[in-house]
Amino acid sequence: MASPRTLYDKIWDAHVVRIDEHGTSLLYIDRQLVHEVTSPQAFEGLRLAGRTPRRPEANLAVPDHNVPTTDRHLGITDPVSRLQVETLGANCRELGIRIFDMADKRQGIVHVIGPEEGFTLPGITMVCGDSHTSTHGAFGALAFGVGTSEVEHVLATQCLMQKKSKAMLVSVDGELGRGVTAKDIVLAVIGEIGTAGGTGHVIEYAGDAIRALSMEGRMTVCNMAIEAGARAGIIGIDQKTIDYVRGRPMAPQGALFEQAADYWLSLNSDPGAAYDRVVHLDAASIRPQVTWGTSPEMVLPVDGAVPDPDEIPDPVKAGSYRHALAYMGLAPGTAIGEIPLDKVFIGSCTNGRIEDLRAAAEVAKGGKVAPSIKLAMVVPGSGLVKEQAEAEGLDRVFLDAGFEWREPGCSMCLAMNADKLEPGERCASTSNRNFEGRQGQGGRTHLVSPAMAAAAAIHGRFVDVREI
Amino acid sequence: MPMQPFENFRGIVLPLDRANVDTDAIIPKQFLKSIQRTGFGPNLFDEWRYLDRGEPGQSCVGRPLNPDFVLNDPKYAGADILLARHNFGCGSSREHAPWALADHGFRVLIAPSFADIFHQNAIKNGLLPVVLDEAVVDRLFELATAGDAPLTIDVDLHNLTLDAAGFGVIEIAIDPFHHHCLIHGLDDIGLTLTHADEIAAYEARRRTETPWLFAAAN
Ligand code: SF4
Repeated sequence: MASPRTLYDKIWDAHVVRIDEHGTSLLYIDRQLVHEVTSPQAFEGLRLAGRTPRRPEANLAVPDHNVPTTDRHLGITDPVSRLQVETLGANCRELGIRIFDMADKRQGIVHVIGPEEGFTLPGITMVCGDSHTSTHGAFGALAFGVGTSEVEHVLATQCLMQKKSKAMLVSVDGELGRGVTAKDIVLAVIGEIGTAGGTGHVIEYAGDAIRALSMEGRMTVCNMAIEAGARAGIIGIDQKTIDYVRGRPMAPQGALFEQAADYWLSLNSDPGAAYDRVVHLDAASIRPQVTWGTSPEMVLPVDGAVPDPDEIPDPVKAGSYRHALAYMGLAPGTAIGEIPLDKVFIGSCTNGRIEDLRAAAEVAKGGKVAPSIKLAMVVPGSGLVKEQAEAEGLDRVFLDAGFEWREPGCSMCLAMNADKLEPGERCASTSNRNFEGRQGQGGRTHLVSPAMAAAAAIHGRFVDVREI
Repeated sequence: MPMQPFENFRGIVLPLDRANVDTDAIIPKQFLKSIQRTGFGPNLFDEWRYLDRGEPGQSCVGRPLNPDFVLNDPKYAGADILLARHNFGCGSSREHAPWALADHGFRVLIAPSFADIFHQNAIKNGLLPVVLDEAVVDRLFELATAGDAPLTIDVDLHNLTLDAAGFGVIEIAIDPFHHHCLIHGLDDIGLTLTHADEIAAYEARRRTETPWLFAAAN
């Protein structure tokens, strides 16, 4: 009998074209997502070498990092950003790659539109020149971020040279408490294993609490696998996966879909499959999470207090805590609930999908953004998310409460467009990185779930969503 | 893009005593707007290195330097080996990070661990990432920061050794394929294309097994 295999093993094995004498595999890549920031040099490299894309139809492109979230009809005012977005359009048109440009209502963050269009499918290998490609693992796909040289490699050959990673199982057992979300799960996982905890691994998330998540929630959890250092995150395929994909514009239709669905369901990890590392978390013990420092592993439950570096025995860690506290302008021992905020950002490929906006709107409904908050903005993950939210009246809920309702894009997740923090400003953000300068030079980021961010906007500080 | 073969050399060590140095710190996002592959060196570690805010296209000549940042310490002028703490290169997949490091003149990176995508990107750009035990890294930090002269290391990629002054010879491990690529400066796309027949055969098989992946997109 063949030995039991993981979902990762099965997808990997199905995509190996050849193995060389060094043990490196040539791995076939089914789909590539392309955006404006990490592709220009890849297209240029292709052109200089006189090569063309092997399968243009296996790629889907969209500008997202640089696009403005206001007054879109005016175009992009920053000439450098504009050139980058125009370069993407020109490259795609020249090479026959499908693109949703800025005026297309399907435009959005690359990791939101892939699943939305049915371009992301279970069982595939997928890459993008973007680390949060791990998001698509929610569909039981092997999806990972690559650099620009590899974007070029995939364009030219539809393959990548890869060594297989190790496998880690993160099982979140039991049931989540009320008000605790996918974002809190993944922040708690990162708090547990650290930002390098998953290095060299693909993380498979399993357990009752993961099974119970919606597809949106699963995408949030896989999205931040990269913040745990993992190459990819992946979740087993079930009826929820199939139901989400069914009927999407770029997904297979009719009999072909049924054939595909049977195959997809056969890919799950076998009972007894081996993992290099197994981590268990008790879902019931996870509380709403808030990061306090400049790395996602610097995270606490909402009722916690900022640590004191003097009590940390490891000198390297104590040093990085001191540095983080100084950057964040926080004194050791400060309670999370006492931290005053300047801005609130709800959006990104982590939490910019419809379910996230619903969760935030539920908290915001009937409230008013606190006067001390200079800006609270909601940025839908795509044009279709925006349209859906508007059909449900969520835009009214946000606008009535004093939030700004913006056009889709990456926005203040990385502040490449006009949306950014000023030096010293402190933000509750539903994005994925709290690195120094990530949301603007000198800006201070606290990562939270959409419900926690909305509550923070209303109260001007962090409050426990379970208590409101 | 084909890269230059890696030659053995003697280099000066820059000790960057921080863990989790992320790619946003290595090259801040405003410089990612460039559509070029070169010219990122002057903006390497921009937010730590300068006291003002850098903008793309702006000359860095005459910008106020942060005297507390190690890259600006004259002791380490001309450093081409970067020594850092664990999880170096975490964060985004931007290849602009190794482009900036290489453009500045770094050729070897030493740390107890590197983030996966960064590690891959570094090799693709002819940079040698070396993973060493935490204790060895600690000792190298001591040697690099002590005294007035910088620490020098002889890098011999052909024999897989580092010879650090005052420490001795350290054997290094590297994936054999990466070793091959660095030493020969391979064009790995060209290499893959030599297997075009096998790729086509794979596609033909998958067309039958998973036809939905090849059906015309709507
Ligand atoms: S939303 Fe943020 S993390 Fe996601 S792709 Fe955009 S910049 Fe990257």
